[in-house]
Amino acid sequence: MKPFDYVRAGSAQDAVRAGAEGRFLGGGTNLVDLMKLEIEKPDRLVDVSRLASDEIEDGVEGLRVGAGVSNSALAGHPLVRERYPLLSTALLSGATQQLRNKATVGGNFLQRTRCQYFYDVFRACNKRVPGSGCDALDGINRFHAILGASERCIAVHPSDMAVAMAALDATVETLKPDGSTRSIPARSLHRLPGDTPQFDHVLETGELITHVVLPASPPKRQFYRKVRDRSSYAFAVVSIAVAFDLEGGRIANVSIALGGVAHKPWRADRAESVLEGGSPSAELFAMAAEAELARAVGQGHNDFKIDLSKRLIVAALRDLSEGKREIAA
Amino acid sequence: MNQQDSRNWIGKPLDRVDGPAKVTGQATYAADYRGARAASIGFIVEAGIGKGRISSIDTTAAEASDGVLLVLSHKNAPEQAPFGSHKDAGRFGQSHAALENDRVKYHGAPVAFVVAETLEQARHAAHLIEVKYDIEAGVFDAEAHEEDAVRPDSLDGADEADKETGNFEKTFDKAPVTVEAEYHTPAQHASAMEPHATVAEWSEGKLTVHMAIQILSDARKGLAHTLKMEPGDVRIVSPFIGGGFGSKLGIHNEAVLAALAARELDRPVRVAQTRRNLFSNGPHRTEHRQRLKLGADTDGRLLAISHDSLAAMARGYPFAEAAGGLTQSSYAALAIRMRHRIVEADIPKVDSMRAPGEAIGTLTFESAIDELAERCGVDPVQFRLLNEPETEPGSGKPFSTRPLARCLSEGAASFGWRSGPVRPGGKRDGRWLVGHGVAAAIRSNNIEPAGAEASLSRDGRLTLKLDMTDIGTGTYTILGQIAAEALGMQAGMIEVRLGDSDFAETCGSGGSFGAGSTGTAVHEACQNIRADILSRAARIDAGWSGVNSGELRLDGDRVSVGDRSLPLGDILDAVGGETFHCKAHIKAGDAHETMAQYSYGALFAEVGVDTDTAEIRLRRLLGVFDAGRILNRKTAHSQLMGGMIFGIGAALLEESLMDKRYGAFMNRDLAEYHIAVNRDVPRLEVHMLDGFDRHSNPLGSKGIGELGICGAGPAIANAVYDATGHRARKFPVHIEDVLPAVSRLVG
Amino acid sequence: MPSISLTVNGEPVSAEADVRTSLLDLLRETLGMTGTKKGCDHGQCGACTVIVNGTRINSCLSLAVGHEGDTVTTVEGLAEGNGLSPLQKAFVTQDAFQCGYCTPGQLCSATALLNEIARGEPSVVTDERVRLSEEEIRERMSGNLCRCGAYNNIVDAILSVAGEPA
Repeated sequence: MKPFDYVRAGSAQDAVRAGAEGRFLGGGTNLVDLMKLEIEKPDRLVDVSRLASDEIEDGVEGLRVGAGVSNSALAGHPLVRERYPLLSTALLSGATQQLRNKATVGGNFLQRTRCQYFYDVFRACNKRVPGSGCDALDGINRFHAILGASERCIAVHPSDMAVAMAALDATVETLKPDGSTRSIPARSLHRLPGDTPQFDHVLETGELITHVVLPASPPKRQFYRKVRDRSSYAFAVVSIAVAFDLEGGRIANVSIALGGVAHKPWRADRAESVLEGGSPSAELFAMAAEAELARAVGQGHNDFKIDLSKRLIVAALRDLSEGKREIAA
Repeated sequence: MNQQDSRNWIGKPLDRVDGPAKVTGQATYAADYRGARAASIGFIVEAGIGKGRISSIDTTAAEASDGVLLVLSHKNAPEQAPFGSHKDAGRFGQSHAALENDRVKYHGAPVAFVVAETLEQARHAAHLIEVKYDIEAGVFDAEAHEEDAVRPDSLDGADEADKETGNFEKTFDKAPVTVEAEYHTPAQHASAMEPHATVAEWSEGKLTVHMAIQILSDARKGLAHTLKMEPGDVRIVSPFIGGGFGSKLGIHNEAVLAALAARELDRPVRVAQTRRNLFSNGPHRTEHRQRLKLGADTDGRLLAISHDSLAAMARGYPFAEAAGGLTQSSYAALAIRMRHRIVEADIPKVDSMRAPGEAIGTLTFESAIDELAERCGVDPVQFRLLNEPETEPGSGKPFSTRPLARCLSEGAASFGWRSGPVRPGGKRDGRWLVGHGVAAAIRSNNIEPAGAEASLSRDGRLTLKLDMTDIGTGTYTILGQIAAEALGMQAGMIEVRLGDSDFAETCGSGGSFGAGSTGTAVHEACQNIRADILSRAARIDAGWSGVNSGELRLDGDRVSVGDRSLPLGDILDAVGGETFHCKAHIKAGDAHETMAQYSYGALFAEVGVDTDTAEIRLRRLLGVFDAGRILNRKTAHSQLMGGMIFGIGAALLEESLMDKRYGAFMNRDLAEYHIAVNRDVPRLEVHMLDGFDRHSNPLGSKGIGELGICGAGPAIANAVYDATGHRARKFPVHIEDVLPAVSRLVG
Repeated sequence: MPSISLTVNGEPVSAEADVRTSLLDLLRETLGMTGTKKGCDHGQCGACTVIVNGTRINSCLSLAVGHEGDTVTTVEGLAEGNGLSPLQKAFVTQDAFQCGYCTPGQLCSATALLNEIARGEPSVVTDERVRLSEEEIRERMSGNLCRCGAYNNIVDAILSVAGEPA
């Protein structure tokens, strides 16, 4: 770990002023991990873990969550349990109680890929060292992307929470070093790798996530499911967040996001188009799954994720239309 | 406790005597040792290539970095005996030289070693070292270089690499029912929770090493030979070890580097390998390709068995495991053949991991047996019972005991086994496909030479001082029980001191031989103490002459026979001396040559496979085991459970994935190398038969630590087949392996 | 080097530490409290679990400098008076460990778990209401790897302290 200046921010404004050339430290559960390996080497660490941003407020705009709220506090909040159950399940499907107690909402969005070629400094990785190549392409790539990947990077985003946020159409609020703020739809926070996989998201240098706002009236039917090799404490092979309402027997306000398949939480808008306004049926679900995965490309070891994702979409829609909420696999 | 009770300490489910220390954080593992002089901290810099030479190494930035005391590389490393010299001392006792030249022998091999005042300083300085390499093509994949395969000189777990009983080809050709299958088992890392760690300190030319190690005497030789010292000038201390599973049988790079640096600095050096280090600076179980050919008649009688294994051996480090070794002892057949081949490869040290040979051998062989039973239309439990041998098929030797049939029958009854031929895909429970599977467990039983030293004080306290280790196996507790029973005294009056090479040399822990071998030595030493007491007592009171020493009882500070009783102190005062002090040394009895000795088990598994996602979850796992006499029912139960969980890992979770372009293990952390978590493990059912194998040792015990792993994996794999119709050909079995079968079954 | 003041097992302590020092290394190296173990140093095993301000965390991934003023409980602070805590006793009698290396983390986790249940904090297997069950314990203890495989006994030890399974 490279030596760094440690600054404890007294306010979000202080933090962005101090942080333009450094990194923000929330829970640190991913950043400290990567700093020990010198994959992350900030000169300055701006500790935002004690900002008064850990509150959760309900209002007409929806539920406004401070970026410093811990993953476990958000997952267990009564309003989240009641109104956004898929978010609670997604959070609780991730990591462990110890990590969730430390990890923050803001930090969870910004965790980096678990691609082992990113973690191994001896291997080529365009995300770690732009221009060095991607050893995962012809390497061990069972966990890698099937959607939206590029020749430069086939890594996937590891967050469960971000998948839930994308499906719920949450909004991320940020503060920039110049003091301006902006709102970014959670589904647009992360980006596809393209030619610049070193950038995971659209935030600018020194821009701090301060809040996340969950819409006031999410769809009533919600579901999150994570497929994994271990029954706990494992990153998703594939995960899915689904929400919709049934209005007069027809699917309305549907949203689907997939995890573990792309460089970002993958909003399945093609599947959503097929489903919106339709009557639930096995045929419709299969059509939606086929429509979404039509453009999927396997990398070898992860070819199975294409079929698995389709099955997961169909299963999630089936269970949700039958009234099952979520399954803890 | 009355006399009757005190004669029966062996087998009692006593709590671990080291339990209170372990639950309060007072048990000191190697990296917890804090000596009088503050230790500096070492950090290993690993090679980033699989094979080649270091063309340049720049350590100047590291040397100038804050707090750095020393940077060692091949350029300035002190002289050591060449790696691999002193071969006669065995692979653990040979030289394990590190940084000896500019050659990179495997990915992750140390190219430099940084010592600083603190971990933070050493770790950062390690990242400042720049190394350039001339890369050479390496051999990282045995299968891709099969043309270079040779027969290994020696094997762990079999006397011969190749063996044929009867004529396999002829017999197989005539068999009406056959199975031919090729299996791949993965590389695995033992992944003990405690990373390998060493604290080295020198005083007047002598080296003291606190380290995580299973066998102290070998470690002492290994370090002495590497450093060109006399073994007597090396002391190893290892009172608590955070799990071994074979990975701490021998010394590894961190120990050698710590010793070298501590001598250079004249200051203690502490090194704990990082978890990533362990995947190349610790040993691993290598990949195996196993080919099985089985033939039977239509009634389900085995006729022919062939078991071939191909694996890599780390270049210059002679270890290969006998995947096919157990096959010749498993079932009756007219012809049995096994063949082992190895390819020398440029990979990190390949060495023992829990149940070398049987763990991966039973995984494939018991899967193939299940397949053959199915083709014969015979229930898989029945099939195994039908093929029980009278004598060991491969050698013709009599079995010391052979309770496998009882394990199978009792297991089937306890599990509620529905007999009949396997018909996969027939059972549903909601969204789960449910399957049952069975497999036999078999593990060779060994006794290694071991010594013991016991002293009985005048106040009736017995002290055992042994260089034996307790790697979590309960040794502290069990040896006390053995001594208490041998002397007819209270276990609470016994102090067991382990893990110091100044104490009596034992066999250490490994190969499931620790308790039986060292326990027997302790038993002998206590018998000698009985005899010593009696002979001395007879010198002050002739009435003690001719008494059978077996009648003698210890009660506090008095010794009694019948109605005669003397204070121990009186005897000592009369004949001189402060304690009764006796040694013993044992080795394997002839029955280990003349008889086939194994421990046995039968494992029954129930899995659920998700109809949507093909996720496999274990629902039940039951084992019935015979490991001779059980020394402590509580710790034995725990060890069997632990072994069964390794079996879960082998079947469903664990694999070290090497990128064969580079010879580099890629998933080298515990987030990606999956060992079972609590939720992966349902309630395990463990049944122990009350065995006693008088041919094994005077205690009647057999090895137990590796038995549980040997049948659990294949039982689970067979259950997956029963659930889905997918026959595992590679392990671990993953979602993608069973997804096509699930898809065929449920759409 | 920054100076850090915090309370460890009820005792106020102050120490100077490198900003890079983890809470785990502060405990083990600076304060000499080696009960808390390092199994992976990357939040992947749980051996370093301690309780900070009432909740459990992986001390390896938490910079010490961020813990100014915090209250930390480690395995050395679980015992009650001169005796073992009920959980510590239960771990011994249920044989909830073999090598013992993961045990300090398991005990801190188990101690915190009972409080989490009492506070009604959900896990992924919680349906409507939090109630203690084997499944809840298994899920909530899954952040503490045990290579010796004492999982069943750990569950039993926790159940024996918490009372009958619901």
